[in-house]
Parts: sequence; structure tokens; C-alpha cells
Amino acid sequence: MYPETYRYSKEHEWFRVEEDGCVLGITDFAQDELGEVVFVELPEVGTSIAAGDEIGTIESVKAVSEVYTAVSGEVVEVNSALLDAPEKVNEDPHGDGWLVKVRLSTPSEIDGLMDSRQYAEFTSTG
Amino acid sequence: MTTAEHSNDGFAIVSLLMTNETLFRTPLHAAHLRAGGKMVPFAGWDMPVQYAGVMDEHRAVRSAAGLFDVSHMGEVRVAGAGAEAFLQGLTPNDVAKLKPLRAHYSALLSPQGTYIDDLLIYRQGDDEFLVVVNAANVASDFDWIARHAPEDLTVENVSSSYALLALQGPAAESILQPLTKTTLEKIRYYSFRQGKVGGRPALISRTGYTGEDGFELYVAPQDADGLWEELLSAGAGHGLVPAGLGARDTLRLEAAMALYGHELDNETNPWEAGLAWTVKMDSGDFIGRAALEAAKAAGAGKKLVGFEVRGRGIAREGCEIFVADSAVGRVTSGTYSPTLERALGMAYVSPERAALDTEFEIDVRGRRLAAQVVKLPFYKRSS
Repeated sequence: MYPETYRYSKEHEWFRVEEDGCVLGITDFAQDELGEVVFVELPEVGTSIAAGDEIGTIESVKAVSEVYTAVSGEVVEVNSALLDAPEKVNEDPHGDGWLVKVRLSTPSEIDGLMDSRQYAEFTSTG
Repeated sequence: MTTAEHSNDGFAIVSLLMTNETLFRTPLHAAHLRAGGKMVPFAGWDMPVQYAGVMDEHRAVRSAAGLFDVSHMGEVRVAGAGAEAFLQGLTPNDVAKLKPLRAHYSALLSPQGTYIDDLLIYRQGDDEFLVVVNAANVASDFDWIARHAPEDLTVENVSSSYALLALQGPAAESILQPLTKTTLEKIRYYSFRQGKVGGRPALISRTGYTGEDGFELYVAPQDADGLWEELLSAGAGHGLVPAGLGARDTLRLEAAMALYGHELDNETNPWEAGLAWTVKMDSGDFIGRAALEAAKAAGAGKKLVGFEVRGRGIAREGCEIFVADSAVGRVTSGTYSPTLERALGMAYVSPERAALDTEFEIDVRGRRLAAQVVKLPFYKRSS
């Protein structure tokens, strides 16, 4: 259910480290809680972000949910497909529904996040 | 976890152990859980905000039908020889023109002409009325009505005697007709009959809060669960789904129907709210009439408008409205409209900013969103 190569934050974001940066999005648990996503607000490419920052919002009909980053660095890419197709966040939250790619300034921050087994436990008890 | 359950004619009072909250449950509470309802507190009640999802339920109501539990609303019986005269002096609409088996939309106004609540009055007979009020205001509305009533009039809070189911959507009549001998096509909008649905006594009224055709069914609490299941069965082939408070709100907003606590409150009068049609100044004196006359002469302090967002984002209740650096109003209700596929809402603005096509900006969490005044309602059904 939760990809083993990803790491997860308590705010229900996932992080996938690649060659040229770390991709992040919200988890299946989060998209299910939100309901049908109708609007996504993402940071601008080039923005500097720090762990703990609110970097965007995801909105359903009745709720606004903040997206937090658990990693610091520079935003190098955003998923602009979500501007016209925000429902991708619901349909494929761990894949096509990705939000932002970050060039990490402090790669060790990833180590403090949950792995897929810990996150699965976290969502079943939390 | 819950403790201390009390059952009162099908309406239970439940104290939640962990939060120490006390929430009321309607007779359909078990039905909501069976249907997979996501329960949230609303006006002191444990109510379903959604089942399959707000958007899905909203679209179902517009294209087929949805079934809502609105048993949390309140009902006050007003009966006796002086009932018409009393209600005529208590409310702004014309009760003398309200015939038996008809309902009308009205309000309780303060002496300042501002809203205590909006409501429906059903006339069941010459001297027999049922006043239906918002869940959040049941106790205070009943108190207001009773306090102003003459000694010999019957004024009873009969809320716990009624469960209320709303069947709304273009398929509503097709779904309901096989379950009742009452000829539904003869009931016109804002009319009602006392009949039976599935053998259960019911007040069947052609009213609703969605902008679609539909019926509201007032039944005894012990009949609610059986009726709910029977309607869902009957509607299965028509696309009927259970619908929650989330969809109820997006539907009524598209239809530009006011919600107490948003468009209506104790600082707002009917002229400002666009509800002049509910005020019949020639129906004799009523509480607030003098204040309304003065307010009309003085001119409105604010005006309710509908707007569509032109930029990217969704404006929500409470967001402030600007023209350049001037604050000119505030959003009363805002959402993403599933039918029109855009963000829209209603707002109070200074009267000089209320003209159609006026452009302004809405502050959404620190960002300015372009918006434009549009004609209300946003949505009107075709039939």
C-alpha cells in the first residue's frame, strides 16, 4: 500500500529521493480524508523552503489542507498538471499526484522520517 | 466511546466520553452508520457530513436524487382561534394569504428588523400551523414564539415528534410515487398533503433546500428508519444515494439560498439579504415593521451579492473583500461549485460595490483573488 522506497511524515506527506532531488506528495490516507480535490496551490520554482514550512495547500469542496515539507532546500519543479487536473491527487497520490521536487540542502533530514511499515502503523492507530 | 444514552421518542442524547461533549442523535443515526456516513457534530447533533463524498452526492442530487436526514430541525405547533392573527403579527410574510395545505418562507425578526431565524410556516388548517425552524435555533425560537403568544393559544415544541427526510432531485417524484397513494404531481411547489408513505403517516411537502424538485417527508420518529431504507431501495434503480450536510451546503449555495449564521443573522435585515419578497408591509403590523420602514428610507448599509472567482483559488466564509486598499465587504459563504466547476460564493458588500459585473479582490489567507459580481442564483433547474 505505501511504497517501501518512500519515507513519510506525521503530516501525511511522502518523500521519494531521486538522483536530482526529492519528490514529495500527500499520502493515500491524506487524499482519502480530504475527499475530491478541486484546487491545488503550489510554491514557485526557485523558492527556498525549510523543514516544517507550509509550502502549499490542497483544497476539497469543504476543506483546505496545508502541505508541509519535512525537508529543506530549493523547489526545482512543481507538478503543474495539477492546475487543470487536481483530481490526480486522489487518483494516484503516490505517483501522478506528486506535488513538488526539492533539491535537498540537508539530505540527513530524510533519515528522521517514518518508513512504509511505520507509516502504515501510524495511520492505523492515529 | 459513549456513555449515558437516553432515548426520547427515538431521539437519543449521547455523551461522548473522551471529549465530554453531549450530542443529540436523530432517529436515523444507525441508518447513517449502515450507509457509511462520516459523522460530525453540527448544531449539537451527530450528523453525516458525507457518505460517498460531497461532490458525488451533489452531482447525484442534480442528475438523479439524494436522500437527506434533516430531523435535527425544529417544529413548533401553533394552534387555536387566534393563531393566524398571532403569526401575522409575529412574522413579516402574509399569513392571511397562506391557505391550508400551503407553506411559505418567512422569518422571526427582532424589533430592529433583523433576523432571529428564517423558517417555513405550514398551514394545516384554519387555526392549525406548523413552524419549521433551524436546528441551531430551536430552543430560542420556541421561547420567542411562546413568549409573544396570547395566553389561550397553543404553542408547543413538537420537534421530538417528527423525523424529517428530504428526497431531492429530478427523480424524486418517480421514486416516491410508488410508495404512496397521494398523487404527487398534484402537489405544487410549496404545497403539502397529509398522507402515507409505505403505510406510514407522513406530511408530504414539495419543498426543499437544493434548488431541485423534491419532497420533504415529516414522519414519526419510530417510522424514520424503515422509511429511509424503503426509499433507498425504491430509488436504487433511479440513482438515489444518501446525501449529507456537505452536499446540502454546496447545493443550497448554488441555488443562492440563505443559511442562518451566514447570510442571515441578528445584524442583517431582509432588505440587505435580498429577501424583500418575504416582507409584506401591507399585511398589518408585525415585529420589526417600523424598523424596516425606517431602514428602507435610510438606505441599505450593505448588500448581498453573488460572486464568481476569476483568479485561482477558492474564497471561503469570512474572507475580506477589497477594492484597491479599501475593505468593502466580507464573504458569507464560499465553495467550489460541482455543477458550475468554479469557485463562487455570496458576500455582503457596500451598496456602491453591489452592481452586476463589479470587480473586486478577495483576501484568501493573505493572497488577493480576483472575483466578479454575478447574477443570483448561480444555478436554476431547467423544469
